[in-house]
Amino acid sequence: MSGIDTATAATTRTGAVGSRRSGGRRPARTDAAVGLAFVAPAVVGVIGLGLVPFGFVIWFALHDWNPLIGEFTWTGLDNFTRLAGDDVVWGSLLTTLAFTGLLMVLNISLALFLAILLNQRLRGITTFRAFFFSPVVVSTVAWVLIWGYLVADNGGINGALSTVGIDGPNWLRDATWALVTVVVIQVFKGVGMNMILFLAALQGVPPELKEAARIDGAGAWRTFRSVTIPLITPTILLVSIVTMIAAMDVFVPIQVLTSGGPGRSTTVISYLLYQTAFRQNDFGYAAAIGVLLFVVTLALTLVQWQSRRRWVHDEV
Amino acid sequence: MRLTLRSRSPRAVAVATAGAVAVVLTACSGDDAEQAAGGPVELRMTTWSGNDAHHAIFQEIADAYVDQHPDEVSGVEFDAITDGTYVSAITTQIAGGDSPDLIWVTESYADEFVSSGVLADVAPVFADAEGYDAGDLAPNAMDLWTDGDATYAYPFSTSPFGIYANLDLVTAAGQPNPRDLIAAGEWTWDRLAGVAAATVAAQGVAGIQLSVDDPYALPNDAIMPIGLAWDARPWSEDGTTCQYTSPETVGFLEWYHERVYQDRAFPAVGEAVDFASGQAAFRMGQLSLSAGLGDTFAWDFLPLPDGPAGTVPVIGQAGVGVVANGENPEAAADFLAFFTSPENAARLAEFFPPPRESLLDAATLQAAAPSLTPDQLQGTVIDQALAARTKVGHPRLSQMADTIRAGLDAMWTPDADVEAVLADLCAQIEPTLAE
Repeated sequence: MSGIDTATAATTRTGAVGSRRSGGRRPARTDAAVGLAFVAPAVVGVIGLGLVPFGFVIWFALHDWNPLIGEFTWTGLDNFTRLAGDDVVWGSLLTTLAFTGLLMVLNISLALFLAILLNQRLRGITTFRAFFFSPVVVSTVAWVLIWGYLVADNGGINGALSTVGIDGPNWLRDATWALVTVVVIQVFKGVGMNMILFLAALQGVPPELKEAARIDGAGAWRTFRSVTIPLITPTILLVSIVTMIAAMDVFVPIQVLTSGGPGRSTTVISYLLYQTAFRQNDFGYAAAIGVLLFVVTLALTLVQWQSRRRWVHDEV
Repeated sequence: MRLTLRSRSPRAVAVATAGAVAVVLTACSGDDAEQAAGGPVELRMTTWSGNDAHHAIFQEIADAYVDQHPDEVSGVEFDAITDGTYVSAITTQIAGGDSPDLIWVTESYADEFVSSGVLADVAPVFADAEGYDAGDLAPNAMDLWTDGDATYAYPFSTSPFGIYANLDLVTAAGQPNPRDLIAAGEWTWDRLAGVAAATVAAQGVAGIQLSVDDPYALPNDAIMPIGLAWDARPWSEDGTTCQYTSPETVGFLEWYHERVYQDRAFPAVGEAVDFASGQAAFRMGQLSLSAGLGDTFAWDFLPLPDGPAGTVPVIGQAGVGVVANGENPEAAADFLAFFTSPENAARLAEFFPPPRESLLDAATLQAAAPSLTPDQLQGTVIDQALAARTKVGHPRLSQMADTIRAGLDAMWTPDADVEAVLADLCAQIEPTLAE
């Protein structure tokens, strides 16, 4: 580990020198103005498209709102009281957590595995990287529609299985398999992005550190576990948080593939929110569900963020 | 020019930014100025049709109206929402204060839209419109859209369901021609299911495809209409009592379940089927389906079979009404009377079977379905249209639709206890029905 620390310290020193050289003579006030100018569009976006709408969501959650009949009545915390005793909401939250947990495990482990496989200097390796990344740029709706046909009861997957004597399940209509099937489809859709992030992180691992580990007698697995993994933990943290947030918000594959069924086995919280607002016209209660989703996602993000000091390299 | 932003207090920055956002947002709201000044208004009608030919006729009718009323209406926009989220999109527009002036509504949501006050009463406008002839509107077609003397929409598409048969598949399976069954008085759902099951077994195709691609996602629209021939209903006539557990409804759904899982007469849940490509023996559908069939196989279009409750024709309807809280309800109602006048109803009949009895003849409907014979149009469309019932709706269908779908999902396994599933479903929706 001392080798790692030395390299990091050297990188930090180099960065510090570069900073002084590029900005040393500019007045601090001008720097602040330029900085503000750069961040202003983002600030306007965050306020206009994030904070203000979120304020509205909280406001709506305090009302009974059915736009079809023109009802908008102050109800205080009634929607949150109703939320607390609504088994459908808590069941949906559990489904969301199951979806998120399974997706994170599969996505991150597969992305890391693919990144390691593709982190080679081989002829044509770029083609393979592009192949695995391509689903990321495909329209999500198109992607899940095609998979919908493949996993239909009489679709391509079961057709292929039947040729080897396996009677495949009704993937999207069997309560046991539906959630897993949607997770797998979603993993294949998004794994390419995480793979690229891991690939960049792996290529940023200084080869001399791995070489030093080998000279010290470490085998391939030990080198990977004790040198490579610690150095890419910042990327693992980033990927974990981003993947978790995306999974908590999942909507399109549920809407297109299962409509929340069979039963409520794939009714994740964002889909329940959609059903409550746009199908049942209960916008106030849907807003309360939205607040719940925000709080849970924020809490999980903070847990991950706070845990970084225990396992992320170079975090103190 | 020199940038002179200074790092002031966070509050000043927040106020300045909020001001900028407000300026940007309010800059988008200047379109109403002309209308506020009393000039002609522009109307907007939402539809779920993306068919260019439909829109061409709509636009021709609208242009003629604008020519006649240049001081009242400057134009009519037909806003197509075709991605399956139609009702949600309308609700969102209404919630966002951007109500359309006129909307299309399916029969499933008729009760809800009528009872909630979304739609304006257009009966007085129809009565005052010269030559409108409201008495020509078939009473059964208007049933869903009227309440006492009030009329809340015009059911511009009133299209009976029938059964399309792939005669090549049925004949190849050694089964009788459905026309022979009709002639022999044996055209029943039981007999049809038997023919379908035998064709499935012999030809390795699907049996009876229902009217929508995924009937199990829309059981109230796709499966329960068959049950009307059993007198099966999801709830009582007054909508306050669950009737999924009535003997008729349990009997129908047990029959349907057996036909799916014992002899495969109907496709199972999750099974992709396409009648038009020759993958199914039969399909329940409306006359518009005939346009996509071609002549790759011999087919026929037949009336719905009888059930234990006798002959119960079913129509699918789409109505067009005026949004009561829209910006221009009076102008919209006047345009609606023009849009659905006898002359324009005849033009719309090129695509949509009309509710006007004077237009329900084979010659008029031939334009909508040129591949159907006069006999098919008379027997399957016209005769049924005049006697048909609509699917069962409810004023709070939106609140219950997802619960019903989720509750019935438990039935779509081979070993499901149908009666228990239906009892559980009633327990879930009864509180909403009782509201």
